[in-house]
Amino acid sequence: MLLINCPWCGPRDETEFGYGGEAHRARPADPSSLGDAEWAEFLFMRTNPKGAHRERWVHSHGCRRWFNVERHTVTNQILRVYPIGGTDAVAERPVEQVVETKEPKQGSGS
Amino acid sequence: MAKYSIFSLVKNAASHHQNWDRAWRDNRPKADGYDVVIIGGGGHGLATAYYLAKEHGITNVAVIERSWLGGGNTGRNTTIIRSNYLWDESAALYEKSLQLYEGLSQELNYNIMFSQRGVLNLAHNLGDVREGMRRVNALRLNGIDSEWLTAEQVKEFCPIINISKDVRYPIMGGTLQRRAGTARHDAVAWGFARAASARGVDIIQNCEVTGIRRENGKVVGVETSMGFVKAGKVGIVAAGHSSVVAGMADLRLPVESHPLQALVSEPVKPVIDCVVMSNTVHVYVSQSDKGELVMGAGIDAYTGYGQRGSFHVIEHQMGALLELFPIFSRLRMLRQWGGIVDVCPDASPIISKTPVENLFINCGWGTGGFKATPGSGFVFAHTIARGEPHALNAAFGLERFTTGHLIDEHGAAAVAH
Repeated sequence: MLLINCPWCGPRDETEFGYGGEAHRARPADPSSLGDAEWAEFLFMRTNPKGAHRERWVHSHGCRRWFNVERHTVTNQILRVYPIGGTDAVAERPVEQVVETKEPKQGSGS
Repeated sequence: MAKYSIFSLVKNAASHHQNWDRAWRDNRPKADGYDVVIIGGGGHGLATAYYLAKEHGITNVAVIERSWLGGGNTGRNTTIIRSNYLWDESAALYEKSLQLYEGLSQELNYNIMFSQRGVLNLAHNLGDVREGMRRVNALRLNGIDSEWLTAEQVKEFCPIINISKDVRYPIMGGTLQRRAGTARHDAVAWGFARAASARGVDIIQNCEVTGIRRENGKVVGVETSMGFVKAGKVGIVAAGHSSVVAGMADLRLPVESHPLQALVSEPVKPVIDCVVMSNTVHVYVSQSDKGELVMGAGIDAYTGYGQRGSFHVIEHQMGALLELFPIFSRLRMLRQWGGIVDVCPDASPIISKTPVENLFINCGWGTGGFKATPGSGFVFAHTIARGEPHALNAAFGLERFTTGHLIDEHGAAAVAH
């Protein structure tokens, strides 16, 4: 269960939010110039990292506004919350340097 | 490998079961390498190795598993086996798998406890009814058994179910596949491991693949925690970690990894002798041979590798269970666990050659890989051995995301994603 810090409403339970997938994916500026492979890349290919992941969330049951979250996909630790379109220096950091977290042993399950 | 039989049982009973052979050899990587290395010692990987040896005569094969055999999703699912898929391509693939399951205990000389107890898929609204009837017709056209049951017939087939009209989502009927059922999931992995090992396949446990070595664009082997292992061909069958392993060869995949959790109750006397699934209220339930109810529901919406799962998903699932079976209201839940599933945009798997020479991938089974274990291994072994897909997996290539020939099976996946 995640506790997500909505930039407008404060920390709320995960169940109030909707997940919008990988962040920083812009619709192609000139769609008609794209070939099939480029469309496949835009539509279907995802980063899916084991580690820090930048993703979009919407506070569906609150202010209904979108924002970006950086979350560690193994520990579910939320590393930071930042606005849509946010391109501050932190976003440019290589993801490995953001946090060091230990992976739980396989089989620890619950 | 000694054959399991009533005579071997009697013989070993005489020595207090102290002298059974090991089921499979636990190997170290061979210095001179292998014709084929399979990354991932789950059911699909072991089945691939078995069929490589049996169908194609390729026995110089290693299965490399970073943990213990079947310690991933093979041991973490709800053990349901069925082939009631809508589209021709999926119906043919899953039906092949179901047919292989029907003879698997005999073929492997290992009791996988396959029980064809029937799988019910419930309909709770007009949309469900129409989709269910359509699917029954589509399945019959494909020669796969399927029938439509009214609410009363559902009650007759599964007497403890609640078909009252006074609930939020009353049961309006359901589809039934009588040949579908369950099997002991660990036994499927162990049976394939034992049979593959007997045919000469090396099974290497507690060995993590850390890299895929390429020379001139061709794959030549894998880097592991036990050193470099030379390989003519490499097959990736890593389920939740498909993207991570494929990334070692700079291959991007159209999959996202999500936690999917299941749980079991305390064991009770036999109370439900079939599998009941509902996509609308969203729970699937069966009873294990030990007496536990085995239940699953949806994936967590966000991606993750943590092998857990969120509590609110369980809450939703328990609500659904009680709406279908008020009789379970005082049943206690015993334990819960999570597996990581790699979900494709069209909810169908990828069994394919890759743009990297000598590298093959079998992934994207999402929430329903267990039922496909033998069929998946059968066609993937063919793909690796011949360098081209079997007729049954020709439509499941990576190129479908470029050509647009997707096989959209979200409706048959039984899990919302």
